[in-house]
Amino acid sequence: MDARIFQELRSIVGAHGLVSSPEELHTYECDGLTNFRVMPLAVLLPSDTQQVQAIVRVCHRERVPFVARGSGTGLSGGALPVENGVVISLARMNRILEVDLPNARVIVEPGVINLDVTGRVQPHQYFYAPDPSSQSVCSIGGNVAENSGGAHCLKYGFTTTHVLGLEVVLPDGSLVHLGGKALDMPGYDLMGVFVGSEGTLGIATKVTLRIVKRPECIRTLLAAFPGTNEAGAAVSDIIAAGMLPAAIEMMDNLAIQAAEAAVHPNYPDCGGLLLVELDGPVAEVEALMRDVDEICCKNGAWEVRLAQTDTERMLVWKGRKAAFAAMGRISPNYIVQDGVIPRTALPRVMSEIARLSEESGIRVANVFHAGDGNLHPLVLYDRRIAGQEQAAESLSYRILELCLEAGGSITGEHGVGEEKKRMMSKMFSEPDLDTMQRVRCAFDPLHLSNPTKVFPTPRLCGEKAGEYVAHPLETAGIAERY
Amino acid sequence: MPKTSSIEESLRAVAGPQNLRAASGADAVSGFLPQFVAEPDDKHQLAAVLSLANEAGITVVPRGGATKLDWGNPPQKADLILSTARLNRIVEHVWADLTVTVEAGCTLQSLQNTLAQHGQRLAFDALWPERATIGGVLSTNDSGALRLRFGALRDLIIGVTIALPDGTLASSGGKVVKNVAGYDLPKLVTGAFGTLGVITRAVFRLHPLPRAAKTFSFTGENYLAMQQNILAIQDSHLAHTSLQIRCSSCEFPAADILFEATDVGLAAQESHLRKLLGSTRVEQSSGNVWNARQDLWNSPTNSTLLAKISLLSTDIAKTLGSLESLCDSRKLELRIVLQATGIGMLRLAGDLDQVAAAVELLRSELQSRSGAFVILRRPLELNSMDAWGNAGDSVSLMRAVKHQLDPKSTLNPGRFVGGI
Repeated sequence: MDARIFQELRSIVGAHGLVSSPEELHTYECDGLTNFRVMPLAVLLPSDTQQVQAIVRVCHRERVPFVARGSGTGLSGGALPVENGVVISLARMNRILEVDLPNARVIVEPGVINLDVTGRVQPHQYFYAPDPSSQSVCSIGGNVAENSGGAHCLKYGFTTTHVLGLEVVLPDGSLVHLGGKALDMPGYDLMGVFVGSEGTLGIATKVTLRIVKRPECIRTLLAAFPGTNEAGAAVSDIIAAGMLPAAIEMMDNLAIQAAEAAVHPNYPDCGGLLLVELDGPVAEVEALMRDVDEICCKNGAWEVRLAQTDTERMLVWKGRKAAFAAMGRISPNYIVQDGVIPRTALPRVMSEIARLSEESGIRVANVFHAGDGNLHPLVLYDRRIAGQEQAAESLSYRILELCLEAGGSITGEHGVGEEKKRMMSKMFSEPDLDTMQRVRCAFDPLHLSNPTKVFPTPRLCGEKAGEYVAHPLETAGIAERY
Repeated sequence: MPKTSSIEESLRAVAGPQNLRAASGADAVSGFLPQFVAEPDDKHQLAAVLSLANEAGITVVPRGGATKLDWGNPPQKADLILSTARLNRIVEHVWADLTVTVEAGCTLQSLQNTLAQHGQRLAFDALWPERATIGGVLSTNDSGALRLRFGALRDLIIGVTIALPDGTLASSGGKVVKNVAGYDLPKLVTGAFGTLGVITRAVFRLHPLPRAAKTFSFTGENYLAMQQNILAIQDSHLAHTSLQIRCSSCEFPAADILFEATDVGLAAQESHLRKLLGSTRVEQSSGNVWNARQDLWNSPTNSTLLAKISLLSTDIAKTLGSLESLCDSRKLELRIVLQATGIGMLRLAGDLDQVAAAVELLRSELQSRSGAFVILRRPLELNSMDAWGNAGDSVSLMRAVKHQLDPKSTLNPGRFVGGI
């Protein structure tokens, strides 16, 4: 990077707010999706909104693309740096600014860790509902970018349900406020568009969250089935009975083995494990839990356990939440996928995954949010064996195609990022994608904010101010202007 | 604008002769009489009509059941009504997946009737469900008492197809409840008052119909006592579905709470509620109290204004107090129904100058406390008042979005915030 620009950026964040040595930059060359790596020119660590604005203004003036980064736990490469760009880490903006219990609102900076929000309001029996498995390390800003979900979004909704207001630095450095503490502020729901836009529309610097009163009781039931088909049938019956559990999770035998090896949750050794959590007033939950128990037995569960204490409940969840990392116990490498299917397609898609797995000789462990059809197939392979990585990648894309064929989506909560952008044109038509890109052009006409993500072919915006300057992506022949 | 006759011919050619007619007095929009009404047969025809109008420079007002057509600012121009009346099919109700795909012109009630056959519902209560269409309630972001538990339509919509003025038919979202692929355009068009595109179909997540339900009501001695009870309920372990306050001039405020649960669950909730409210008398009431919001709209006179307000729960007493004293001093009749979400609907009636002055004062008071005041329906004499109030520092970004999707301002020009 031009020494002058470098100097200017340093003067904004100070020497301690700038990372530029190659050794330190390695930390930022990827996020949770480690098979894509790009070295950024520099990493900037602003400590307040004004610094973010100042950095972005320089980037805008000098046409330097930037990528915002929270904790870097994303699984689709959303925080992967872009060539010749800088990374803006929000990690130092980690203050909880306001806790307003009577109105059930908390205002935070983007670097605040998800679980710390709950930590702050827990003494008053409130919690922050979105609970991605990485919640003890992932940041609210990252959650906003990815519209993170978690096991409990079946009942409580996603990040977008719980974000009510945003302060955003737009890609030209200007500051806007979207939404607010109260509902339905006049105007377009730009906040709704921003949440889940994967860092392509700007940088959130302040987030107003809704918190939720903790239910009177939480009960978690564990049921062991011969296979995932039987467990899937039980899920359908639970939904058909008119219940809306807080969470329904399913694991297949390979996933159970891995979880058992990693954190010993004492799961029964079975072909399909179901974890059903109900919450609410005691009388209601107890009545409904009896129904769930009955439905599980009717569908062939040979063991049904109700976690009796909070400790037991936490252990049950620990096994599920550690499932991805636990794969390291049974395979040197793995790819996590995040496809979604209509729940009714589960038996069909599962047997097809099993067939593909057998055909390719690549093992697949399955962990899903069964209530909402969000599959997390874990494609296991060994990089040291020639051809395995490629076979695993093509199997994992094939699984996403299966999800689309079933009427589903390529991503339920991990985002498109770098990893799945080429799948976008399989899910959406050209006019669909063009319309999204037109919205992007309203926010970021120069294409500077995380420019290479989400869309298969970056398109540049038709209107530009001042003299025509070819965008680097255009010169490189990887983007077209429209 | 090109010559009317040639436009009419072109529109007729695209829409089909039976689907285009001259507008009559009943088609007026806030006092403006458009020239034509088109009722296309399907989304492709709708997109073609829209695109033709856009090219010809004639302005378009999308219309569903026309129940809320006068909400928002009056249009700067309104040449063509584009009706979704014929796009009224329920495309697919996948009850086992708790989703439904429905065309924009289907009425909410007819959708609910179909869903109920499988014990399900779109967990959402709109005004005039037997006439209001899916496209209309989405565009106006109407919401009722069920919002407290289930969220607004923005939280229930999972996919949308829109026709843009250039004729593009674009879909986003999908048919599954959980999906983060691409931008969330269903939210963008929800509440956009038809200024970005015409919604042709939507996909929603559904909820089961409740096994049993009971409503209880109680009154408060004054606004502060009422606010304290509302906050106490919200801070409790009660799992209520809806909670609203009803007030009219010179009456004690009343509140209603709805529980939906199993019979066992209902009994427990009732006793919990009674314990929580202590000496306040709690009585079971009929479900009719949930019509209170819609009842505000009954028999409006030439001096009635209806508005939507947004506020924080901790400002309930303060706001109701200000409202009462403003209306007392200006001799205005006041009725209000306020949900525990902080969204309320109010009705003011009286001398129009006094109504206008009260609106300005209330608006600035609410805006100073992070709230909002949006005029929904007003007498024609008050048409020059801005319906929206201050939309904050994101108005230029909103204009940029509008410009990208509707660069010629073909759709509903002038009706939305900041002159959009």
